[in-house]
Amino acid sequence: MAAGIKMRVRLQSGVAEVRVLISHPMETGRREDESGKMVPAHFIQLLTATLNQVPVLEAQWGTGVARDPYLIFFVAGARLGDSIAIEWHDNKGESGRQSIQVA
Amino acid sequence: MTGRRSILQVLLAGLLLPLKAIAASWNTPAFEARTIDGAKQVLNMRAEENTAQIEIVAPDFAENGAVVQVEVMSRIAGTEAMAIFAEKNPVPLVANFTFSHGAQPYVITRIKMAESQSLQVVVKVGERYYQASRYVTVSEGGCG
Repeated sequence: MAAGIKMRVRLQSGVAEVRVLISHPMETGRREDESGKMVPAHFIQLLTATLNQVPVLEAQWGTGVARDPYLIFFVAGARLGDSIAIEWHDNKGESGRQSIQVA
Repeated sequence: MTGRRSILQVLLAGLLLPLKAIAASWNTPAFEARTIDGAKQVLNMRAEENTAQIEIVAPDFAENGAVVQVEVMSRIAGTEAMAIFAEKNPVPLVANFTFSHGAQPYVITRIKMAESQSLQVVVKVGERYYQASRYVTVSEGGCG
């Protein structure tokens, strides 16, 4: 699960546009599988992003975020070579992290 | 016996503290609220003023409620946080974003919508709250 993060960054006049795509089922806990059994809730609750280790974004998510979460956010003051990192934690205690250099 | 138990309790409390601190960062009651007003109350949002300074880009008609792309931007200076609500979803609070150190109050994400409804965005600026909404017609709900 931790490997399933795609990140891209584009720098435009000092603002980094960061695109994140995470592989995650984002199960609401209200869905039945083919055999009629409830699929337990399994969703990302917290996503944080840092620019050179400084926190820039905190996202609290509920089950209403679509499967395989997609997020674009923008950070002003980013420079070439800066490092942008994200980390997520879900309700089952699983987590994932990924970082990318502004290029 | 009571003396030993209290020592044990102190030790346990110490062990549990860091765990509690991590769990506290996700606002459980806000996401457990089944109404938009309940969630807003938990988040301390009050006297939200309607504004045209929040832009919500979303489709007028969404065929598949399981994946609806929304783009939300606040033009209000000093925007600290931005919450997205879908009033008729089983869990109305979809996401709450907090910005700092240069992050702009502008996100694009994909959400689930149970049925046709208004999306509401509430922005926090200091101790004040502003809101905007946008109606999305959903052909096939996607909150299963």
